[in-house]
Amino acid sequence: MSRATTESVAEIKARNKQLIDEVLKVYPEKTAKRRAKHLSVHEAGKSDCGVKSNIKSIPGVMTIRGCAYAGSKGVVWGPIKDMIHISHGPVGCGQYSWGSRRNYYVGTTGIDTFVTLQFTSDFQEKDIVFGGDKKVTKLVDELQELFPLNRGITIQSECPIGLIGDDIEAVSREKSKQYGGKTIVPVRCEGFRGVSQSLGHHIANDAVRDWIFDKSAPEASSKFEPTPYDVAIIGDYNIGGDAWSSRILLEEMGLRVIAQWSGDGSLAELEATPKAKLNILHCYRSMNYISRHMEEKFGIPWCEYNFFGPSKIAESLRKIASFFDDKIKEGAERVIAKYQPLVDAVTAKYRPRLDGKTVMLFVGGLRPRHVIGAYEDLGMDVVGTGYEFGHNDDYQRTAQHYVKDGTLIYDDVTGYEFERFVEKIRPDLVGSGIKEKYVFQKMGVPFRQMHSWDYSGPYHGYDGFAIFARDMDMAINSPIWGKTSAPWKDAPRPSLMAAE
Amino acid sequence: MTQNAEHILDHSELFRGDEYQQMLANKKALFENPHDPAEVDRIREWSKTPEYREKNFAREALTVNPAKACQPLGAVFAALGFERTLPFVHGSQGCVAYYRSHLSRHFKEPTSCVSSSMTEDAAVFGGLNNLTDGLANSYNMYKPKMIAVATTCMAEVIGDDLNAFIKTSKEKGSVPADYDVPFAHTPAFVGSHITGYDNTLKGILEHFWDGKAGTAPKLQRKANNWINFIGGFDGYTVGNIREIKRIFELMGIGYTILADNSDVFDTPTDGEFRMYDGGTTLKDAANAVHAKATISMQQYCTEKTLPFIKGHDQEVVAFNHPLGVSATDDFLMTLSRITNKAIPNALERERGRLVDAMADSSAHVHGKKFAIYGDPDLCYGLAAFLLELGAEPTHVLSTNGSKAWEQKMQALFASSPFGKNCRAFPGKDLWHMRSLLFTEPVDFLIGNTYGKYLERDTGTPLIRIGFPIFDRHHHHRYPVWGYQGSMNVLVKILDKIFDEIDRKTSSVGKTDYSFDIIR
Repeated sequence: MSRATTESVAEIKARNKQLIDEVLKVYPEKTAKRRAKHLSVHEAGKSDCGVKSNIKSIPGVMTIRGCAYAGSKGVVWGPIKDMIHISHGPVGCGQYSWGSRRNYYVGTTGIDTFVTLQFTSDFQEKDIVFGGDKKVTKLVDELQELFPLNRGITIQSECPIGLIGDDIEAVSREKSKQYGGKTIVPVRCEGFRGVSQSLGHHIANDAVRDWIFDKSAPEASSKFEPTPYDVAIIGDYNIGGDAWSSRILLEEMGLRVIAQWSGDGSLAELEATPKAKLNILHCYRSMNYISRHMEEKFGIPWCEYNFFGPSKIAESLRKIASFFDDKIKEGAERVIAKYQPLVDAVTAKYRPRLDGKTVMLFVGGLRPRHVIGAYEDLGMDVVGTGYEFGHNDDYQRTAQHYVKDGTLIYDDVTGYEFERFVEKIRPDLVGSGIKEKYVFQKMGVPFRQMHSWDYSGPYHGYDGFAIFARDMDMAINSPIWGKTSAPWKDAPRPSLMAAE
Repeated sequence: MTQNAEHILDHSELFRGDEYQQMLANKKALFENPHDPAEVDRIREWSKTPEYREKNFAREALTVNPAKACQPLGAVFAALGFERTLPFVHGSQGCVAYYRSHLSRHFKEPTSCVSSSMTEDAAVFGGLNNLTDGLANSYNMYKPKMIAVATTCMAEVIGDDLNAFIKTSKEKGSVPADYDVPFAHTPAFVGSHITGYDNTLKGILEHFWDGKAGTAPKLQRKANNWINFIGGFDGYTVGNIREIKRIFELMGIGYTILADNSDVFDTPTDGEFRMYDGGTTLKDAANAVHAKATISMQQYCTEKTLPFIKGHDQEVVAFNHPLGVSATDDFLMTLSRITNKAIPNALERERGRLVDAMADSSAHVHGKKFAIYGDPDLCYGLAAFLLELGAEPTHVLSTNGSKAWEQKMQALFASSPFGKNCRAFPGKDLWHMRSLLFTEPVDFLIGNTYGKYLERDTGTPLIRIGFPIFDRHHHHRYPVWGYQGSMNVLVKILDKIFDEIDRKTSSVGKTDYSFDIIR
């Protein structure tokens, strides 16, 4: 329901607490005790959101989480476009993650670019019994023969690899040597490791550190002359082109983006990143590790930024500029001013249609907080949020910079909890993933996928904000939501027509 | 600035603008260490050659773009076809996130399924506690009438024993002792999603028929005149099962659809989320033992289930995704023979309409060459239909097809003059198909959504039939079985053929001829 119903913060808090008590009743006692730690009502002024996080999911509850392989192959490594990423193990993991993440890139697919191909060792029973090292050894030879323009190979471990005692590190070293020092990266991202995608991000970051940075001298591969304005975009996966609509702003303010991690990224960009003057970090959760490493080892400072919605974009542009001289600071102001008419036009068009609408989010490791500003720029309120695989530092950032007093917080939410919360709160929009989308739409609640941008995007940057605003309007004000009840059963609810 | 509040540009247009194009060109030139464009062209052209094809077909370790998924996907698909049944996959949790996403992307429907969320400690100590806790949680939270357990490869590698674990879990009180928890081991490194379907369906029937894992008396078969029907793993399950029900009802046959997931994958948007809907009732699943016969629409989805049923003294008949006139005739005559029910006039008229449509349009299909890929039964059904239309199913490829399937396909080709130059490719993938399409081109390609990469590379127009279809909506609602379903397939094929003729003749001033208004 919209804000217009004017509940006081105290009333909201009481209702949310009651909701938490209600959902916990369904669980066996032990489970209720464990889940209680992940559900909370945010208290303004607290340093975090009052929930435990990054803890094992409870069996049988229908967690929304994925695995370490998804975090490594699916998120961090998969978008590096000129390398081949082998899904090493049975066929499924690579199949289900094939082309579904929308990491946009440009290249000659299948020849010098490989993002949307599914390479797998397709384990059979004999590979489990006798081990897969021989197979992957041969597989690398076959890749070299059939895909000679690949710049490197990663071996993304699926569950069995770590269980059957394969030594993919030895294979990688041997094959690298055989192919003249070729970059071959073994990644121990077996799906049973850790509690979610999150450990997969960390393992993937460490693999870059150990098998790329430590193998190549920072100056070796880069063919460009450094400038004082070189930055690297870290933690933008170019979903629907997000990194591009971000990069353009950075370049317009006078910076030079020497690498994208990892959306539309290349091995050369990874290798050149130690030459950056500043690493700018969008998805803190998945790439803070490598940013910290580059800070320690190469002395490169890093700063987090947020390119969702004009308020946060302007704030971020100024923050990034603060690391540079006046030329860049002026550049940031120039960019903000340049796009102000677009922002004004978008806001004028959509804010009246969205003002006061409420949103509940449940996304991965960044967006449960990062998109809040963009909604607020459109006059909307985020009344509930939670992370699939966030850690406490994510909840700290959320509490300190993003959520309002009384917001319902749910960590690693279960299918049951999410349904009950939405059913009771009846927000105007839910933003989550494909597994949740149809559940809520069936309930008559407008929904946008906030991992894949529901096949739209980009949502980053000023160009992306226009699309974001249009998409939220399209979802919430679609005429279809007035037709979910048959007229002979219920009077249709009034709703705005979508703008286009 | 390219973006505009009045006409908001999507990604497909936005990045075509000059500013972005310049930015991307600079990025590539300065930072990506690109290969020489001439070298990229050379390799691209080389990848189209017979020489490349030979190397490509010599692959032994590498699979590129396979057209198959893993067993538990089929397990989840089958389990969802039973009344208020929650699929429970024992092993790592990420797998379940994948199955749910995969099925939801195809059907545009929710997919409910839980995991036992095993992690490193379970890898060491086994997943008994995960199963015990998981069953208790699922039972309390989601109030299923049955929990059907399958396994991920992780649980299989460490050797968790479902039968023993479920027994122990019940002893520990996670679910009532007489609660239905059928199970199947579904290792991802054996077979494919169709194997998982088979194992799960067999596991569920075994549970009800053979004494619920030693906790109940085995059912005594009292033969009746009913027919059991098994659809197999099927992306068109919603439309197909409804069509089959209509046919059974027209014929006046008593029937049980086993694993009927046509409702759970097609619930209305009316304000209520139905986690469970429709499905084979548990009572019907048990009573299915008494049926006269069981019909499987997909032989390779029921290679273990059918012999199991046959072992319970039923006649079993397997089809290969029957499509077209003769295959549907065969299907209906088999039903008629088993049940002693006549094929009604209504179906005979539908047959006549299909023949009518094929006669009207066959000139456009006759002699056209097709490449087909997909699950083995679907490939067979499509190839047989194309032969009826006078078309040539030149390359028929099934990643999860066996040697036996290959022989069966070759026998089909040998039965028709149009099959003379056709060949089946078992165990091959879509990168093999790419070589086939370059070295022995065909007019059209039939396959799932991933065929769009082949269409883009080779210029072979793609007709989307198969699973998954992610990038077109709602086709799963329309049947591809029966005479009417065959009609739907015919129309899909014809639409693409006509679109292609129009596309190739639409340059004004060049091909004003042939751009015909009547075809």
